[in-house]
Amino acid sequence: MADPQHDPQHAVELRNVVKRFGAFTAVHAMDLNVERGSFVTFVGPSGCGKTTTLRMIAGLEDATDGDIRIKGQRVNDVPIHKRNLGIVFQNYALFPHKTIYENVAFGLKYRAVDRETARKKVREALQLVQLPHLEERVPKQLSGGQQQRIALARAIVIEPDVLLLDEPLSALDANLREEMRVELKRIQRELGISTIFVTHDQSEALAMSDKVVVMSEGWIEQEGTPEQVYNQPASEFVANFLGISNIFSGQVQAVSGGIARLGLDDGPELLGHPRDGRAARQGERVRLAVRAEKVFLSESAPSDDPAAVVLDGKVTAVDYQGQAARYFVEAGPLTLQAINPIDRRPFHEGQPVKLRIRAQDVVLLDADAHQSAAAKAAAE
Amino acid sequence: MTVRGPTGWTFIKIATVLTYVFMFAPVAVVMLLAFNASQFGSFPMTGLSVRWFVELAQNDAIIRAFQTSMILGALTAVISTSIGVCASLAMVRYDFPGKNLLNTALIAPILVPEVVLAVSLLLFLQFLSMPKNFVLLLLGHVIFTLPFVVLVVQARLVGIRKEYEEAALSLGANPFQTFFQVTLPLLMPAVAAGMLFAFTISFDDITGTLFWKPPGVETVPTQIFAMLRNSISPEINALGTVMIILTVALPLTGAGLARWLASRRGG
Repeated sequence: MADPQHDPQHAVELRNVVKRFGAFTAVHAMDLNVERGSFVTFVGPSGCGKTTTLRMIAGLEDATDGDIRIKGQRVNDVPIHKRNLGIVFQNYALFPHKTIYENVAFGLKYRAVDRETARKKVREALQLVQLPHLEERVPKQLSGGQQQRIALARAIVIEPDVLLLDEPLSALDANLREEMRVELKRIQRELGISTIFVTHDQSEALAMSDKVVVMSEGWIEQEGTPEQVYNQPASEFVANFLGISNIFSGQVQAVSGGIARLGLDDGPELLGHPRDGRAARQGERVRLAVRAEKVFLSESAPSDDPAAVVLDGKVTAVDYQGQAARYFVEAGPLTLQAINPIDRRPFHEGQPVKLRIRAQDVVLLDADAHQSAAAKAAAE
Repeated sequence: MTVRGPTGWTFIKIATVLTYVFMFAPVAVVMLLAFNASQFGSFPMTGLSVRWFVELAQNDAIIRAFQTSMILGALTAVISTSIGVCASLAMVRYDFPGKNLLNTALIAPILVPEVVLAVSLLLFLQFLSMPKNFVLLLLGHVIFTLPFVVLVVQARLVGIRKEYEEAALSLGANPFQTFFQVTLPLLMPAVAAGMLFAFTISFDDITGTLFWKPPGVETVPTQIFAMLRNSISPEINALGTVMIILTVALPLTGAGLARWLASRRGG
């Protein structure tokens, strides 16, 4: 099954890429494009196949099936040392027996770079990561954050076609991690380097990426911009993995003017807005998601909005978080979670409240990719 | 429990001292008697002298044996370490069918009694109807020292994270360059230890050597053994002293040197 439709504009292309370890399939028929200069993040729980996919792109694992292309060139049979990639590992992997200068200059030794140019490039790379004065030290004399910057300098000094980052921030403590997040993004922008970033941390994924690829059990659940995957989750898995969502089952009762009337099982009606490219048919059974911070609580009925539904409810628990609070609210047969900013003081337990849910915030979900694939496989 | 009390501790201290005395007194006596002026090893010593060392240096048989042992030990160390490093890499870094079996086979020479190993190699050679020669002796020593090298190198290699090698590969170094630039330098302490092990074990070995050595070739231990059969000459004490210095002082110096180099590098 040849696929000649490959675009050299893409830094990385995966076509039907499969990875099996014995009987276990770690990555299922994966298709993905990484646009040049973009920052793409693989996010998912551990064991979702994100690191395996990265390692296949790197050439550290062989793909069982499918095509991996870098800049339009099929690289399945190209060994790692000829792929021209920069990799930053979770534990930095700086060579402990070499100085910082030797570490950063390592990749230049295997490229046609003369000594003077190499010196200049190493200086520039160290400047870029803001550690120009450590050349003669050895890695163990550096802090974790410094080592991470040096590892980044070592990876980018060779001007790789793609930069691969394997959970590079997870070994750092919380403050440093946020600092490095900003720093990493700045460097990526400055160099315009195509980057694939692997993380299990949803906030890293949302903060840094041009494109987020949410993975679960070896399947891509959804790919899209951070706003898309966050506000319009394709499946229950995505809705639950990124932030807190309320999930309901129901039936489409009517569709008019791009707004669907949805009857929840044993419950009230909601208005929903089918996501781009997903039509709602009358009578269809659906799962739907409403983000906790899109359930607006108030004491009195708010202004009349034709594209919103207002429910009566009662606060059953309050989880105070400083600038916001998470409320558990009972509304008839439903229990919802609502995260609202605190205006003056939070609602208290037992307080009756109005819940306003806008049509634009009610997302119709598809079945989870890994589950529907498993069901399809079982049916065959 | 009285062990923690003062009397208990005193007892433990005395027992410890006695154990060490028992272990090291004979060695000390040999080294002391090597400097004895008289022909007969008896106390009190009649005077200090280095005449036995001088005689040792003039004894052609011993000099030849010493040369043989040095060459044999050095070759054994180099060959055994080279094979051992390759084998360890295969064992630790790669997966292949029969890996456990092969690993056991590599370690087996430690478990099999040396006499059995010695005889079987000899019989195997006779089966091939080859005469005994220096290569056989070398081969025997390599087989016998290989497990020690493999154990030391494997232990170290397990501790070297694969990411170092993966990082080097990703930066464009091919597998050979990666090995010499990254793996081997990180492995160096174990390689040096393995070499010293192999050398001292080879230098020390008598059982296998007695079986494998071609006629007319003597190593230091077999030479001592031969000399003891005739008479106990004080020369043997001198030779013993030289050997103790070689087999104890050499590794200690090596270890110290390695530590000094490491600390200098580490700053």
